[in-house]
Amino acid sequence: MEFGFWNLEFIRLWTLPVLKLCHYLSDQIMTKHLKYPFTRDQVRSLSVGDRVMLSGRIFTGRDRLHRFLAEGGQSPVDLKAGAIYHCGPVVIRQRGRWTVRAAGPTTSIREESYMPEIIRRHGLAVIIGKGGMGEGTRAACAKHGCVYLHAVGGAAQVLADKVERIGGVHFMKSFGSAEAMWELIVKDFPALVTMDALGRSLHERIAAESDRNLRKLMK
Amino acid sequence: MKSIWQRNILELIRRTSSDLPHDVTAALEKVRRKESASSPARWALDTILENVCLARERGAPLCQDTGTLLFDCRVPVGFDTLALSGAIRCAVRQATRLGYLRQNTIDTLTDKACAGNIGLGTPAIHLEYVRGSRVDIRLIMKGGGSENMSIQYSLPDSRLKAGRDWDGVCRCVLDAVRRAQGNGCAPGVLGIGVGGDRATGAELAKRQLLRRLSDHAADPGLARLEKQILAAANKSGIGPMGCGGRTTLLGVKIGAMSRLPASYFVSVSYMCWAFRRRGVALGTDGCIRRWMY
Repeated sequence: MEFGFWNLEFIRLWTLPVLKLCHYLSDQIMTKHLKYPFTRDQVRSLSVGDRVMLSGRIFTGRDRLHRFLAEGGQSPVDLKAGAIYHCGPVVIRQRGRWTVRAAGPTTSIREESYMPEIIRRHGLAVIIGKGGMGEGTRAACAKHGCVYLHAVGGAAQVLADKVERIGGVHFMKSFGSAEAMWELIVKDFPALVTMDALGRSLHERIAAESDRNLRKLMK
Repeated sequence: MKSIWQRNILELIRRTSSDLPHDVTAALEKVRRKESASSPARWALDTILENVCLARERGAPLCQDTGTLLFDCRVPVGFDTLALSGAIRCAVRQATRLGYLRQNTIDTLTDKACAGNIGLGTPAIHLEYVRGSRVDIRLIMKGGGSENMSIQYSLPDSRLKAGRDWDGVCRCVLDAVRRAQGNGCAPGVLGIGVGGDRATGAELAKRQLLRRLSDHAADPGLARLEKQILAAANKSGIGPMGCGGRTTLLGVKIGAMSRLPASYFVSVSYMCWAFRRRGVALGTDGCIRRWMY
């Protein structure tokens, strides 16, 4: 049987691209673009729930770097208006160049005891990680104008794709590859604002809500 | 003889690290449709599914934390298990060299990295003799973020008002879900062990993760409890990555074992969405009979 243009096959053919286009356009409209250096104005214009695409220079750091910086260690780079990404990437050296093979976020809450001091001392503007952070960081973000961006945990391939190149590496010898401070040049790195410079935290809200919801169920 | 074992186990590691089992991918796709468009939950699940496809295409680790390796082996009576353990260790070393695994093992005494991910107790190999002629090797890779969210309760627990009954078990597990929030990379899967001692209970919990998402506990009481906990956890509002939403867990698997009159342990093993579980059945000649999951 023929139904002309409006048969099922035809509809199936055009709906998918059109839906994808709508999706792409709505993404473009809803997403805010952040570029290095991350100025206070840029940072303060973000609020919890905003989706952002980050471009420019960011530095990775995990447990050892945070401890070092919080205890008064000198940062080899200027972190003012900069970003720290809680990440231990898989990096290999190919034909004399560093290549990122996997670069998803690691759990941020482990750095909670160091983060407020680092924000204060180094003038950090952006933190990227997963799982959110606590009260100390929330207060420091509000006081000094810093945001916490949530990247999708486990999405090591998607996020590695956003790294255009590696600008350099510090503390490679003393901290080892996973804990080193890698300078990543990223383009359109996707994240969600979950703690903003106004002192709001999505994590705090969800924790309170889920606590209430589960308590109700356990009565 | 040895090399064919090593080669097939290496392939098992590659598949486990880069390709999620079908039941997990299907569950992720199903819950994605439940989240409203342009919500953080939908965004997180879209990214997750894109990542699953990319990793599979490239044969690259889908999460940079390639986790602790747990090999669960069932071998015929009389089989040389020392040779098998040796082949597993060789395969792990080779997989690290080839980049299927991250350099991910630290010597606790010296704080230095263990070369090739071989250290004291790493990789974990569980061996069990069964009657038959096949060597079944199942592998689970469990990341540190989710393992940190695993927890054990001793009942009764007055703070949770949890007694030594199913309601008490349910209260403990929901408390674990509340504590984990998004830190275990939700939506995850819970393996739960009820009974045993502190060590066997924790092992029982982890063993539940070998089950398919679609199956139910054989005991009708446990099966009901699995359903009940899953439904309750998904009403918590924690959502994918803890950013809010309708899906906090993909599955709940409960097992029970006997206990002492004095003890009642509830052990919870939290597995992240990157639920890397694969298995292979080999003949005693080392040739592949079939892939599992």
